[in-house]
This record gives sequence, structure tokens and C-alpha cells, in this order.
Amino acid sequence: MTTPATAEIRKTALNSTHRRLGAKMVNFGGWDMPLEYSGILAEHDAVRKRAGLFDVSHMGEIEVRGAGALDLVQWVTCNDAAKLIVGQAQYSGLMTDRGTFVDDLLVHKISDTHYLLCVNAGNQDDDFRHIVMHNRFDAKAENAGPRYSQLAIQGPRAKEILQRLTRAALDSVRYYHFIFGSVSGVECLIARTGYTGEDGFEIYFDPQFSEKLWGDLLGAGESAGMIPCGLGARNTLRLEAGMCLYGHEIDAETTPLEAGLDWICKLGKGAFLGSAVLARQKEKGILRKLVGFEMLDKRIGRDGYPVSIEGREVGRVTSGGPSPSLKKNIGMAYVPPQSSALGTEIDISIRGQVTPARIIALPFYKRSQEPEKT
Amino acid sequence: MSPTNYPADYRYTKDHEWIKVEGSVATIGITDYAQHELGDVVFVELPKLGAQIKAGQSFGTVESVKAVSDIFSPVSGEVTETNQLLSDAPEKVNQDPHGAAWLIKVKLADPKEVSSLMDATAYQAYVAEKTQEQSA
Repeated sequence: MTTPATAEIRKTALNSTHRRLGAKMVNFGGWDMPLEYSGILAEHDAVRKRAGLFDVSHMGEIEVRGAGALDLVQWVTCNDAAKLIVGQAQYSGLMTDRGTFVDDLLVHKISDTHYLLCVNAGNQDDDFRHIVMHNRFDAKAENAGPRYSQLAIQGPRAKEILQRLTRAALDSVRYYHFIFGSVSGVECLIARTGYTGEDGFEIYFDPQFSEKLWGDLLGAGESAGMIPCGLGARNTLRLEAGMCLYGHEIDAETTPLEAGLDWICKLGKGAFLGSAVLARQKEKGILRKLVGFEMLDKRIGRDGYPVSIEGREVGRVTSGGPSPSLKKNIGMAYVPPQSSALGTEIDISIRGQVTPARIIALPFYKRSQEPEKT
Repeated sequence: MSPTNYPADYRYTKDHEWIKVEGSVATIGITDYAQHELGDVVFVELPKLGAQIKAGQSFGTVESVKAVSDIFSPVSGEVTETNQLLSDAPEKVNQDPHGAAWLIKVKLADPKEVSSLMDATAYQAYVAEKTQEQSA
């Protein structure tokens, strides 16, 4: 994601903390964010084996309230928010009227009349305008990003570390569920969600407590080997987990069906933005399909590299890079559905050199106890 | 980061390569600043033996987890040796960029090309300026 150089760069409440820790900083979606502290490989490894702490306060929050809150959420998103119980979250897509992505998001049901949407940093203002534009319901949307900081505690030891700072019964919080509780004396929404393929939590709280919680969490996790992690490791972790990134696998030109996200595309829930287009696409079939691939030599197929099959260019790599956990080079790309079978050989053009790759199953990495999708 | 000791007998380019000349043969690598900017190096692609390379032109790439970086040759000449260590241990570029992780050796076509490159003092000042720009 790039932002015009003229736009003022945004900072989270932890910006000076990251710089003090010696983080390498990067402009991500208009935000000055830590790319890495000790190194992407070390951070990636910590999250897979122990735990990592991420500042993800750049993520946007949009709150929808009112008697018609559910109606508005149902109209603009493709998953079925009516299925949520209070304290449950779901992955979903914010849809255009063409059934493509304005953004992908997490929908949290706080009450029958109150939903918290967590959206991508670079999209939050567009998302908010889109929701307001389509609000013909008895509901009110608030662009609440500035009222929240968000930290992600991810990895097999995340629960144990977070539990040291809260009396909330974290064991009772199932995957894609959340509770309200006090962490280190700070009121938080504590969600068992994440973007790494590991167990973990994402906590939302008042930004004024950012430095306190960051410091307390790092302190609580030190003996368990938790380290601060940046967006570099967040990207290698989510790629291994086969998760989509807006602007790469999904955008305003791709539909959930093309992206392999049929499971969030609930055409049976009633009409929503883009549902007619999606129903037609489901019936007629998609023209391109997102697949995972592994490189067959040492070269790395990266974002944007052309993909061809039998000499004909068929698409581009959406995300690609080394997989630190699997010790091979992986990526995702769109190919025609008739060429999407597992085992199909594809060619990736790397600076003019045709390099072989093979379509393999997504996700690339699955933790041993994979929780159910909601 | 503690200040790096850039060897006094090397010369340096603005693209952050170093070159060490011994007689008619030069050894080329990337600097500590370059490896730090790249982050964890995972793949190095080097030219074939006997390849003719030209000053200012790319002769290979060093790839980190996040990015690909072209390596530009400080001089013209013929590649006489490539560092085989790096195909199995590319992380050496992070660990010892000025030593064990040299990239290639070149038989110099024109030894005079070297004299136009920065010495260690000039390069150190150049890097200090870059680092200041970044933290501003």
C-alpha cells in the first residue's frame, strides 16, 4: 500500500517507544510503523514457538450503534452477522455494489444494537464514508479509530503471558470470541483473534494507556521469550497462514469467491451490497482463482511478478516471499480456475527469468490445534 | 547501533558496495550499512565464472525477507571467483559483510577505475549523513 508523499504521515501512540527500541520504521498505508526490531526471522520464529507483541494501533475501528445496527452491518458486509452471539467476532468483507472488496474486516458483536468493526489502517476513512453512504437504517456509524489503541499478543505462549496481567478467564474465551476485562488495570476488549496463524489475542483500549500496556506486556512475556514484532514478521506469518492482505490478494476488483473466501460469502442471508453480482458469479463460475504456490528452485517469487502457464501470462503474484517456518519460498497468485488444480506447474517470471513453481494447498502453515472458523 | 569499522584498505561506492584490490584482482561485497538496511538476507544470486561485468552495472542480487537489492559493480572486469559459501549460508552477509561474505572476485580491466571511489573516511561520512536523514 502506498500513500502520496504529500499526505501527512500518521503515528500510533507508541511511535517514540518503537524508535527508542531501535525499530526500523516504514510507511505502511500512511502510517509510520515498525517494520522490524531484532529482525524479521527472529520475530517470526518467536511467534511460532513462543510469543510476539505487535503494535497494531494503526488498524481502524468503526462502531455501529442503534436499533438498525445489525441491518446496516448486514447490508454492507458479505458474512452473516445475524449468526453472531454477543461476544463473538467474525471475519467478513465490506462490499461494493459489484461484490468486490472495499476492505476486509472483523465484525465484533458487543450487543444487539452495537457492533465494533476492525478495518485496515489505510482504508479506514474510505470504509467509514462507504458505510455512511449506504446507511439507510436506524443506525449510526462512528469513525472511532482515534479512540483505540490495539496490541496483538500472538503465539503458543500468548495466553499464559496475557493471563499474568488479568483476572479475566482467558481459557473461557474461544477462538473468534471476546470479553471485556481489565489488563494491568486498563479496561480492554480482549479478543481471541489474530493475523499470524497462531493462538493469540488482540486487545483494544484507550490510547493513553498504550505505553503502560506495551511495557507491562513485554515485562510479563520476557521470561517466556516474548519479543516485540513488526509488520515484516506480521506479513510472513499471515502469508504462511494463507490469509489475505488488502491491496494484494483482495481489492476493489476482486470478489470473495475469486479469493477462495466462499466461507464468508453468505448468499443465503438475504440481499446485501453486491449480492446479486456474487450470486451470478457463483452460478456462472469465476474466471480466476486465488492459489498458493511453492517455488521449485531457490529464487523468490515476489509481489507483482508475472505468472504464466505453458508460455501464456495468466496473472500476477499477489504476495510472495520466503517462508521462515517451512524453509521454502511461497506465494499466492490468481490463475484461471481450469489451471488451479493442486500440483499444477506454473512459471514465475523473476526479472526476466522464467522460474518454475507448483500450486500447493492453502494454508501453507497450520498450527497443530487449528480452531474452527466462525 | 555502534559505529561500524569500515576497513581502511577498502574503497566504497554510493550504492554501498565495497572493493578490495590486491594486484590485478579485486574482491567485491556489500557494506555493513547495506546489509543492515536490507535486513535478514535469504538469497544471493551471483554471476557465472568468466562473466564480463561493467562498472556501474548490476552483476547480481541480494535478497532479504522483505526486498531484492541489485548489486552494482564498482569496476569493470572478468569474474574469476564467486563465493560458494553464500548459496547455503546467505545469512553470512548479515554476520560478516566485510569478510567471509564477500560476493565475487574480478580481474580488473582498468585498475584506474578504483581511484574514483570513496575511501573509508569519505564513506563513513556518507553513511552518517544517510543515517541522519532517516532518523529525522
